[in-house]
Formats: sequence, structure tokens, C-alpha cells
Amino acid sequence: MSAIPSTALEIAAAVRSGEVSAREVLDDHLARIDAQDGEINAFNLVMVDEARAAAAAIDTQVAAGQDPGPLAGVPLALKDNLCTRGIPTTCSSRILEGWRPPYDATVVQRVNAAGAVSIGKTNLDEFAMGSSTENSAFGPTRNPRDTSRVPGGSSGGSAAAVAAGFAPISLGSDTGGSIRQPAALCGVVGVKPTYGMVSRYGLIAFASSLDQIGPFSTTVADSALLLEAIAGHDGRDSTSINAPVPSLLESLGQGVDGLRVGLVTELMGEGIAPDVAARVRQAADALTAAGAQVGEVSVPAAAYGLSAYYLIAPAEASSNLARYDGVRYGMRVDAPTTAEMNAATRTAGFGDEVKRRIMLGTYALSAGYYDAYYGKALKVRTLIVRDFEKAYADFDLLLTPTSPTTAFKFGDKTADPLSMYLNDICTIPTNLAGHPAMSVPFGGGSDGMPVGVQLLAPALGESTMFRAAAVLEAAAPALDEVWS
Amino acid sequence: MSARLTRDNVAKVADLARLNLTEAELERYTEQLGAVLDHAEDVASLDLEGVPPTAHPLPLVNVLRDDVVVEGVDREEVLSQAPSVEDRRFRVPAILGEEP
Repeated sequence: MSAIPSTALEIAAAVRSGEVSAREVLDDHLARIDAQDGEINAFNLVMVDEARAAAAAIDTQVAAGQDPGPLAGVPLALKDNLCTRGIPTTCSSRILEGWRPPYDATVVQRVNAAGAVSIGKTNLDEFAMGSSTENSAFGPTRNPRDTSRVPGGSSGGSAAAVAAGFAPISLGSDTGGSIRQPAALCGVVGVKPTYGMVSRYGLIAFASSLDQIGPFSTTVADSALLLEAIAGHDGRDSTSINAPVPSLLESLGQGVDGLRVGLVTELMGEGIAPDVAARVRQAADALTAAGAQVGEVSVPAAAYGLSAYYLIAPAEASSNLARYDGVRYGMRVDAPTTAEMNAATRTAGFGDEVKRRIMLGTYALSAGYYDAYYGKALKVRTLIVRDFEKAYADFDLLLTPTSPTTAFKFGDKTADPLSMYLNDICTIPTNLAGHPAMSVPFGGGSDGMPVGVQLLAPALGESTMFRAAAVLEAAAPALDEVWS
Repeated sequence: MSARLTRDNVAKVADLARLNLTEAELERYTEQLGAVLDHAEDVASLDLEGVPPTAHPLPLVNVLRDDVVVEGVDREEVLSQAPSVEDRRFRVPAILGEEP
């Protein structure tokens, strides 16, 4: 058996050329999951039988001289809020335990059509609400770099699966940072595409005006590869953008010469750990060295992003999660009347954080409070959009930390929800604006844990964003390099 | 400045959201949600007269498709996942005769 390559691009090339078989690639990754996922808990479900069948089909295609596609034989992990037909999809919630969706999400259809081998469903904070995976009903995921620390969240399982080498690529969803923050904490690449670039059909809804699916990978090129495979218009998602998919892989070698990059001053001071801020400045220097013009820029409304988000996202969630009523799918707790059954089911099925968000959203939308909270938050959203427009008049890209700190210890922030929410201050503004952003690993903090730096671009600016990401990847200090 | 969230507010919201909360939960949520709403005062206290709201990042109005019949999800497959089914329909407990 040949050595199994480590990146998705290399695996797909080797499988397409017949150098290695999809079965060999799969066996290698399943063995790693078998040995280590007991400790990491990245997966809610490992799809052994389905993955073996998919790998066999790929090998049959190759043997017959057919091309299985750009992700040929590449093992891929799916966040467990992406619907997979006939395969349990739980959102890490008791209320959906055992549910088998009657359809595949569009992204699942697209990765399968591109030749990927889906190997499992990854753990998350229940209904994607959280920043540590500690809110999963099935136990937390551990950070593969230090198992006493959280992997971030909500897509903690997808980030940990890639960081642990269980799969070279995975899919997550990002509502307020749920791809980028765990990517940063686990030391991998994570991308939140422009809102509408990737179909949300089959992504179980949390906050519909903010949710977006995106890739995780160990390399910038693999995220470009996976995003190209899943992007593009889908008639089944009315918010899907009908525009050509940008060529991301092609943009990677283009460098940043002449690009204007703005360091966002509001996200470099209070609340940001000094070692994280230092890495971001070092990343700015690396971009300067590569020919970019780096300056400082103010996005004043970003300071209100957290408050606006924690009114808007729970409001949308309270509406979206009204569907879990014990009638059509998932758990039911029997009671004499339907209203009592609804309440008994929701009370038993939802975890603490989900209840808290539903309560917050219901309150923000309720008569007498709507104008003061939800209405105001929507207007702040306009201010954030306007401030970004101003910033992008002078800059092509913006640069910030991804997360204010490196990975924290289990239990550090669970008692105080607000302290957990503060993890999202750097990532939330882009969700409110609908723009793309990505986290690129850039060395370690003073604790030796990975630091992620975040690149932000205007809507549909992914190509430019990936150019800078490739430059940062090449310039990134090693994780174990002594912090100075 | 809005008035501080009360335990009664929380109990009312729980009822609207169809959640049965214990006394301990009511107390804890009053405290925790109060802290989040205090933080949100920076937004609630802003003067935003004349600023239009943004409910959605894309300037979409109505998205239409051609009026062509397409295959939907399989009915039996959907019903197989329901907690209770009768006569190929979802079955629920009593609705009529409930207390208002």
C-alpha cells in the first residue's frame, strides 16, 4: 500500500490517477478515528458502511476509466446539522435523536457528486448555539492540540476532526463565528463564505439571515477546493445567489502585491489577549513584506455587533425552533392535550443554552419590547453594513483576530453565558453584513495553543481573500515557535 | 434604559415559548438573561431615528420559480419519522376542549 497523502488535493490526485484506492484512503482515516476519537469525541456518528460503499463506488469508477470528480476518494466529515437522507441527523440535541431526514442537504449532494466520501456526522453545540461544544447533548468534543481545552464551537467536531487527521476536510456552519472560531482554536483553516454563496437547503436552521455553510481544512488550497465544490446557485434555497462561482484555486498564487489591507482598530484593543493581538500585527507585517499596503481602519459600529447579534440571532432562533413541537419528527413526550405535549416535549428535548436563546428571542420579539430590542438591533445592522462599506472604499481586505483568546479550558465560561458570547466579538460583524471571512492559523499564543487571524472581504470577495490567506499560510510561524 | 427583567417577565416568556421551567430555572434565567439584556443596553439606548432596519443581508424581494411540478420528499419516508401516525397523517393528542 502506498503512503496516504495528507491533503484533499493530493488524495484526489492520487485516487484519480489510480496511485492509491479510495478504500485505502478510507481505511487509513477510519483507523485513526478508531484509535483516537474515543478521547476527542469529534463524531456523533461514524458512517462506516456508507463510507465503505462510497469508496468502493469511487474505485469502480476509476477502474472503469471514469473520473469521480475533484474530491475523488477524499474523506469528508459533515457537521451534524446537515441533513443526510436515512442517516441520523441530531444537531446534538435530544429532541432530534434518532431522526433520519427524508432528503440530503444540497451541499451533501454536491460533495458526493464531486467524489468525496462522507465518513461521519460531527458534534456541535446543540443547534449550533455555543462557542465550545460544551452545549452538546452527547458530551463535549476535546481539542486535539490539548484535550483539557475546548475545540471552540459551534462546529467544534468538524474543526477537531480535521485537526486530528480524521478527515482532511469537513463542513460546518457559521452563524456568528461557528466555523472561524473553532478553526482558530484548533489550528486549522475555516471559511465563512458570502451569505447566499452556498445553498442552505438541508442545513437545519438556527438564524436564517445569518447561517452559512463553509469548509474546514488543514491548508488554504483545500478550503478553496471544497468551497468551489459546494458553491453555486440552488433553486431550493431562495436566498441562494445566482452568480458564477469564483475560481478560488486559481487565485491562490496571485500574491498580495498592491492589495490594501486594513487592520480594524476596534478589534485590536480591549478584550483581545495581547499575545493574540501580537500575532495579528505579525500577520500584518507578513502581508506588508509580500507587497500589500497595510493601514489602520475604524469600523465603529462593530462595537455594537455583539449586542445586535444576541438580539437578532435568538429572535430568529425562537421562530425557527418553534417547529420542534413533537408532531412531525423527533422526540415526543406524551401529555393529555397537544399544548401540554408541545411544552413537555420541548422542555425535555432542549438543553439549557437552547432554552436560554429561545427565551431571549421570544422576549426580544414580544409586544412592548420589540422596538427597544429587535427593532433597534436591525437598525444597528444597517450601521454595521454602512461602516463596512466605508472601510471597503479604502481597503480591499480587513484583518482582525478570529477569537479574542486561544482555546480555553472546559468549564471556564459555562457558568456565565455573557462571557461565552464575548468569544464572538470579532466574528459576528461579518455575519450581520453577510460578507465572507476566514480564519488562517498563524503561530501560537503564549500558552502554545494555536492563534487564528481573520481576513474579511466585501460580498463575493472570496478570490481576493484567498490570495491573502495563501500568503499568510506561507508566512505563518510554526506553532511551537517561541512566542516573543 | 429599560426596566430590569423580572421573574414574572421570564415566566410569561416561557409560557409563550412553550417551555415548562422549574423555580430554580426561572431564577437562573432571570439573572442570566438580565445580564445579556444589560449588555444590550448599548444598542437599546442608541438614537437611531431615521436609520432603516436591515432584516437580511441580500437585497432580495420575491424569488420565483417556474410553475412546474417537481418531485417532493417521499410521504411514507416522512411519516416513518413521526412520533405518531394514523391513516397516513400525523396524529396529535386532543386539541378541542382544551383550556383557553
